[in-house]
Amino acid sequence: MAAPMDVSGENVRKFIKQGAEAKVYAENFYGRPCISKERFSKGYRHPTLDKSLTLQRLKAEIRAMSKCRNLGIPVPTLYFVDTSTSTFYMEEIVNSQTVRDYIVSIQTSDPDGAMQKLSPLAEKIGKILSKMHCGKVIHGDLTTSNMLLRGDPSDLDIVLIDFGLSFSEGLAEDKGVDLYVFERALLSTHPNTEELFKVVIEAYKKENVKESADAISKLDEVRMRGRKRTMVG
Amino acid sequence: MGRLVTGAENPTVLYVSGGNTQVIAYLQRRYRIFGETIDIAVGNCLDRFARVLKLSNDPSPGYNIEQLAKRGKKFLELPYAVKGMDVSFSGLLSYIEEKAPGLVESGEYTPEDLCFSLQETVFAMLVEITERAMAHCGSQEVMIVGGVGCNERLQQMMEVMAKERGALLYATDERFCIDNGAMIAQAGYLMYKSGQTTPLVDTWCTQRFRTDEVEVTWRD
Repeated sequence: MAAPMDVSGENVRKFIKQGAEAKVYAENFYGRPCISKERFSKGYRHPTLDKSLTLQRLKAEIRAMSKCRNLGIPVPTLYFVDTSTSTFYMEEIVNSQTVRDYIVSIQTSDPDGAMQKLSPLAEKIGKILSKMHCGKVIHGDLTTSNMLLRGDPSDLDIVLIDFGLSFSEGLAEDKGVDLYVFERALLSTHPNTEELFKVVIEAYKKENVKESADAISKLDEVRMRGRKRTMVG
Repeated sequence: MGRLVTGAENPTVLYVSGGNTQVIAYLQRRYRIFGETIDIAVGNCLDRFARVLKLSNDPSPGYNIEQLAKRGKKFLELPYAVKGMDVSFSGLLSYIEEKAPGLVESGEYTPEDLCFSLQETVFAMLVEITERAMAHCGSQEVMIVGGVGCNERLQQMMEVMAKERGALLYATDERFCIDNGAMIAQAGYLMYKSGQTTPLVDTWCTQRFRTDEVEVTWRD
């Protein structure tokens, strides 16, 4: 199926950016501004593996987005899926910036007050992740680039995106790894955010005391797996 | 060392050996680890599979897998575990360790096919997390270091990835990939040049430095 065109029949696809495995375009979905994400094939991968991964991730992303929607976690609204081109069309989150850009801007403009200023945001992130994990959604690629801040940053209106590596699972191990991936992404992208991650974890715990305990102890376990590895060879 | 040999400016580095699997980039005076294995190293995974197939250790199990893989044709789908910028090999290894003897015995797959499938899968995972880190950091240079970095198929796959995103691959050859002495000497030289010295009485060996523990005094 060809990509939908806008009402005038004119395709107004505009390239926005290329991520690690998809191209993102701005276009028109029957009169509505939308974002389309097209997973492209990777020349370095064996064709069988490539096909299977591309389809698997397209499906995973769509499933997780609808699941999050049911859980009350803000994600872009899904408009349309085209498996023949591995593309899906979704709502454009207008007037937004990535959490990554926001943290960088605060850390640059106010290095000393950054921790205090960013605390409410970290708390909100912890709360959302807890809610998502309780709903058995594992994001799989939590980074500050995969979280958008909509409108005024002080509204803390966070929208989660990029669910290509997600899956549905209730095991504490997977939740722990999900948190670990986020911790690593946060610390490596934004130096001196150790305290901020603690705020995320505290809020994560508070949101669901019963279910979060196991995930947090798995997080500690996964961290140790990394650290005990010595630098031999 | 890699930068010296290849002339790369500020590459994203894939460090792959028997003991380590890390994606590293330099930022604010430290080599930061963006991704790594959350269980066993890729070299360890390959070596242990070589043992399952009873391959020789001469010159190295990884080298023998590479040679067999060149003659493999039939691709077996294996568990593929990329978590953000991290990878996991232990599930894949258990899976192939358990299946391999039966698959070879029944004639469904040859040992060559299995080596080929294993390499294609684990290297695709490594190239993918490297690409993720490059996209994340906006980097246009990539370098492979460490013992497994000698593998030509890995270099070839990385080259294709780099080309597809308009980036450059810098690969060192086996003279530098595996010569730890030369690497230590080069690091020592750079530290000395930057004014960082250690009196001989306070000098000893440790293998346990993590990549991101060391403050880099010799780069901006």
